[in-house]
Amino acid sequence: MSLTAIEFNNVSKKYSQSGDYVVDHVSLSIYEGEFVTILGSSGSGKTTLLKMINRLYEPNEGTIKLFGEDITTVDPVKVRRRIGYVIQQVGLFPHMTIAQNVAIVPKLLKWNKSKISTRVDELLSLVGLEPQEFRNRYPSQLSGGQQQRIGLARALATDPKIMLLDEPFGAIDAINRLNLQDELLRIHGGLKKTFLFVTHDINEAFKLGTRVMIMNKGRICQFDTPSHIVKNPADDFVSSLIYSSREQERFWEGLD
Amino acid sequence: MIEYAIRHSEKWVKALLEHLEMLVATMIISVILAAILTMAAMSSKIISKMLVHVFSVIYSIPSLALFAIMIPVTGLGKGTAIIVLIIYNQYLLLRNFITGLNEIDPSIVEAATGIGMSNIQVLFQVRLPLSIKTLFTGIRLAVVSTIGMATIAAFINAGGLGSILFDGLRTMNVHKILWGSLLSAGLAIGANALLLQIEKKIYKFKLD
Ligand SMILES: Nc1ncnc2c1ncn2[C@@H]1O[C@H](COP(=O)(O)OP(=O)(O)OP(=O)(O)O)[C@@H](O)[C@H]1O
Ligand SMILES: [Mg+2]
Repeated sequence: MSLTAIEFNNVSKKYSQSGDYVVDHVSLSIYEGEFVTILGSSGSGKTTLLKMINRLYEPNEGTIKLFGEDITTVDPVKVRRRIGYVIQQVGLFPHMTIAQNVAIVPKLLKWNKSKISTRVDELLSLVGLEPQEFRNRYPSQLSGGQQQRIGLARALATDPKIMLLDEPFGAIDAINRLNLQDELLRIHGGLKKTFLFVTHDINEAFKLGTRVMIMNKGRICQFDTPSHIVKNPADDFVSSLIYSSREQERFWEGLD
Repeated sequence: MIEYAIRHSEKWVKALLEHLEMLVATMIISVILAAILTMAAMSSKIISKMLVHVFSVIYSIPSLALFAIMIPVTGLGKGTAIIVLIIYNQYLLLRNFITGLNEIDPSIVEAATGIGMSNIQVLFQVRLPLSIKTLFTGIRLAVVSTIGMATIAAFINAGGLGSILFDGLRTMNVHKILWGSLLSAGLAIGANALLLQIEKKIYKFKLD
């Protein structure tokens, strides 16, 4: 039995006193080594769920534990430095070069210069960007998809055990996306690392996820392996999601 | 007129130097004080609002009145003038410093926080470099305003270009009035133009 990497116990979040729950009494366990993908309609609370794990938001109710440790008992800065985070809006630092952006966490952790510079080149190659060409550019000199890849490289810099990825490939073309997916699976590597990956692409979710979490209106409709979900959709929302994907397949077959 | 300037060059050079001395002393202390107050303001919204409010009220007091009020407390002279000028500057500086640090794209601040920067690191490594232009604008406005108000400080024997102007007014000497006004206006306009040039060079990080 693997360790429980992330545990939610009856966690709720709302942004205003009067408003609805954005995350509605969620309990879940994610084990070390899992690659969990999160699917759900826009506004279903996926980003909010992720941000509670690295304490950008505090839940109104419930507790979150990382490897058995209640995160409210740990300094949030320490929690965050142990977690890789790819923010949905990318959020590169416009006044720093690409190399400086990628190097930011190693620098915070006071790695030595040569180690940082080797790591930066390694990461740029990893996300498919030629180090020589991109190292000294500024984020504004990159395309949206290239910026996203730098966001991923920045989060991977210290090879963290837990990664939170909020639509990291949203702006990336289909071919590069396939490469990055494979790269990410390789980095995940099976046993020791725990990934939470939000996406709107159902194919991506089912391809990457060892388990897929499907969210709707702040609740988890189903959290299971891809094949179980396809065989036994838990409710209408999940069925309609699968149905919509099947429809697309049919559309492609029709074109053949 | 030129003749007058040459004949009395010693006098106006001295006044100009006094003026610059007041300006430099005022600006150094003003910026340090404003930086400290801004740090306090960044820690809490309430403190931020309070500080800006208090200094905006003070800023609305006519400078002549504030100089006069301070005489019983700190006496006549340059020291009092510099204190008053520093207090005036706080509004211009604080307003720009606080706005500058807060107008940064929230997703950038969130990314910085999310990857594990402490609040201080976010302030110095992200907020400060990204708001440098707005901060500099505040300093420019304060410089121009200080040059102008320091002229009035001649009323409380602080010296500077204002003393030529007021001398002229007292003795109805047109040359003095003209030179006093020209020099202080020229200094303000010149300083503004120079600082604007620097300001334009600073900003190259805007994401479009
Ligand atoms: N800071 C905030 N203040 C107030 N409301 C918020 C805030 N952040 C999110 N919300 C609201 O909470 C709900 C859930 O938002 P969240 O960002 O978690 O959705 P999401 O599932 O990530 O959506 P998307 O797929 O569009 O990114 C939305 O209705 C959103 O409007
Ligand atoms: Mg989201």
